Amino acid sequence: MLRETHVNALILLALLAVPLGALVLDQPFIITLATKVTILALAGVGLNLALGQGGLVSFGHAIFFGLGGYSMGILASHAQSFTPLMEVPFVIPGTNLMPVIWIVAIAVSCLAALVVGVLSLRTSGVYFIMVTLAFGQMFYYFAISWPAYGGEDGLSIYVRNQFPGLNTLVPIQFFGLCFAVLCAVLFLVSRLNNSAFGLALTGAHYSPVRAMSVGIEVTRLRLVAFVISGGITGLAGALFADLNRFVSPTMFSWHTSGEIIIFIILGGVARLCGPIAGAAAYIILEQYLGGFSEYWQIYLGLILLFVVLFAQGGLIGSLSKREIVRG
Amino acid sequence: MSTILLIEQLLNGLQFGVMLFLMAAGLTLIFGVMGLINLAHGSLYMVGAFAAAGVAGWTGSFALALVASLAAAAMFGALIELTVIRRLYKRDHLDQVLATFALILIFSEGTRWTFGSFPLFLNIPDMLSGTVMLPGGIEYSLYRLTIIGIGLAVAAGLFLLISKTRVGMRIRAGENDREMISALGVDISVLYTLVFALGAALAGLSGALVGAIQSVEVGMGEPVLILAFVVIVIGGIGSIKGALAGAILVGVTDTMGRTLLPVIFGSFMDPSAATSVGSALASMLIYILMAGVLVFKPTGLFGQA
Repeated sequence: MLRETHVNALILLALLAVPLGALVLDQPFIITLATKVTILALAGVGLNLALGQGGLVSFGHAIFFGLGGYSMGILASHAQSFTPLMEVPFVIPGTNLMPVIWIVAIAVSCLAALVVGVLSLRTSGVYFIMVTLAFGQMFYYFAISWPAYGGEDGLSIYVRNQFPGLNTLVPIQFFGLCFAVLCAVLFLVSRLNNSAFGLALTGAHYSPVRAMSVGIEVTRLRLVAFVISGGITGLAGALFADLNRFVSPTMFSWHTSGEIIIFIILGGVARLCGPIAGAAAYIILEQYLGGFSEYWQIYLGLILLFVVLFAQGGLIGSLSKREIVRG
Repeated sequence: MSTILLIEQLLNGLQFGVMLFLMAAGLTLIFGVMGLINLAHGSLYMVGAFAAAGVAGWTGSFALALVASLAAAAMFGALIELTVIRRLYKRDHLDQVLATFALILIFSEGTRWTFGSFPLFLNIPDMLSGTVMLPGGIEYSLYRLTIIGIGLAVAAGLFLLISKTRVGMRIRAGENDREMISALGVDISVLYTLVFALGAALAGLSGALVGAIQSVEVGMGEPVLILAFVVIVIGGIGSIKGALAGAILVGVTDTMGRTLLPVIFGSFMDPSAATSVGSALASMLIYILMAGVLVFKPTGLFGQA
């Protein structure tokens, strides 16, 4: 058995090695798949902070994924058509610069997470699951019925947005950018998990009463975790939209929320690199089973059922020796 | 806007609410007794609709189709309870959510495999098609009126079952103290299977009844499932009374919102903008209602703290 940090290093190395190998072998499709894994893993890392560390089973993280996506879509579509986003009271132009889009995506998602969090955190347990699910559906229906940005059909962006110094249309360069973002976020999250904040959050997960009795304001702590979590998932949404150069209400759908949870479960709850392993396993399954049968989701369902019923701790749990504590 | 149209929409809202009640009652019962959150409840709704459409296409009888929907949904409900669900009662909610999400994938793709991707159609029986004249000169669809009747009858039956019969007494006892009632010699696992199958049958019936108004297709269950969650959050988990009140509140609010909001916005905006703003806002109305209930009563209207 290996230590979890070694497993994490191996996972990151593998994620880096696969597209580099594909570059040598001239397989751009593999690079795109690896980019997809990287971005979805980022969304999972965001949710893992709330779900794994904080014990907040949010079934509505598609809200932030979708808001990140639409931040990109709306800004880039205005840049594409050379029309300002708004003119009164002051002019806001569209943009096709990734750093600006990322900041907007994170800000919008954090704001939404604040509002959804304040309302949802009044409840806990199974209520919290249902309420976040319901708010997710609200955003989904809003995106469908709001005609200004494509409504049900979504929004196409013809050219990938730019990052200073890179040509983002070259698959390996875009992968490198996403990988760097993922590593930066992983670093931040690991620092956060080991900080007083992270310890308090974990403590409040396993024993809210004890946490409260030592003077921790549990609800506020959870709200902060939920907002950071939403911001990270929003950033992932903006990158995902750039990968596909397309946004649609599907990004808001509850299947998206479910998939992000699946990445975490497959990889291992509250494991730092769990979402990477989980997202990679999911995409490989999708590719492999999808080629094998049109009804591949039956097999996905069976595998998922097996993991939940019999293999607790996920992929990382079965590779490394730390016991996972379950609440 | 005329009063007649308004009353008609009110009845449509009531019909929608009664359908939601059939879904929410099962969900809330299963949560109350077994402490389980069941996402696959929408799949049982779909199973009921497909069974009804299949049997109606084969025999031509709507009554048989309804019986088939009840039987098929109860059978599949008991089957998944025995194989999967009973392993989940002691697990945390995350495991329950994931396992039942996996069941949705299996049910949806399995149905697509068996019936194909095209929607099926279930016709309203001749006896119930057409309209009736209500007092006040309102013409209203007989079928929708029948649905309201069936839903209210089921609500009354469920209420009698739970408060007056021996099985109902055991269900209530199971909600309060499951160790004690198994210590008193009640076979708790049979009771659980029974409650789950009952909830499934209600979902199946609801699917079949709605299937005759809308089309019967894969994935029809999930939007209704999430609305049923909204109903439960508003009404309070575990309370049948709350499920009924919440369902009618959600049904009426949603239907009236879709009719009235564009009209209200139209009184001070130009028509095309009013339609888009009104319909976008109408699609969010019940979630705003839910948020309002959460602010004032986080445990729902009839829920206990």
